[in-house]
Amino acid sequence: MTFLFYLLSAIMVISALMVVSTRSPINSVLALIVCFIAMAGHYILLNAQFLAVVHLIVYTGAIMVLFLFVIMLLNLNKVTIPTKTSVTRISAVITGGLFFLVMVAATRLTFEIHPRYPFTNQIGLVSEVGKTLFKEFLLPFEVSSVLFISAMIGAIMFGKKDESKKL
Amino acid sequence: MQDITSAIQIIPLEHYVFLCVTLFSIGLLGVLFRRNTIIILMCIELMFNSVNLLVAAFSAYHSDPAGQVFVFFIMIVAAAEVAVGLSILVMMKRNVDSVDINLLNRLKW
Repeated sequence: MTFLFYLLSAIMVISALMVVSTRSPINSVLALIVCFIAMAGHYILLNAQFLAVVHLIVYTGAIMVLFLFVIMLLNLNKVTIPTKTSVTRISAVITGGLFFLVMVAATRLTFEIHPRYPFTNQIGLVSEVGKTLFKEFLLPFEVSSVLFISAMIGAIMFGKKDESKKL
Repeated sequence: MQDITSAIQIIPLEHYVFLCVTLFSIGLLGVLFRRNTIIILMCIELMFNSVNLLVAAFSAYHSDPAGQVFVFFIMIVAAAEVAVGLSILVMMKRNVDSVDINLLNRLKW
């Protein structure tokens, strides 16, 4: 079980590095899909079955397919964009590394788990998540549908051809 | 099912924190490192997901189902963000015929 955790973590980190480092956007999308499937495995390890299934459907099934469609429809796979200047790249690596160091140093010794609830492994099941979602979080759930409607309308408005205004 | 329960108890929470910090740093590095807008969007997704995994891990260790609902809401927001972001990307490709982020620098100065 511990081995599975570290295996999934290694797959995730390696594929995330591939997302950043590969030249072609298609390869980046495929590496990100591998990363997300490994993350679904992490959710299953945490016994969050609802989240694992939703994560697979929403991310791997919908969002990544959307990315792939945009890349293919706009024919973006040709590597034409030059890389950033070396000063920017070196400072980006330094920034990422410093952020990692600061976060690790800040969170290294700070966790003492004092659970408010007695330990149970049932919280990730669909029935428990559904009860919480539709009892305590009913209003945010409904408001999120308004967010979705506005995002859809915004996407359609952005996607419409506007001949009068050129950037 | 019994094995899965012991997995939560065996692996310390710090390891999840380290994993998620690593993934978040890689996403941050990608946003700063690349010029292709679509890869920048994917790195933002990566950062979203690392935070999601951390919230789910804390929720499992605290046995609190509210955390799982929060992860669900974060997924909703991420899906809306991707829809709008990709349509902005399509508009950018249509207007300047490129997805280079360095061409969109008019708000920078």
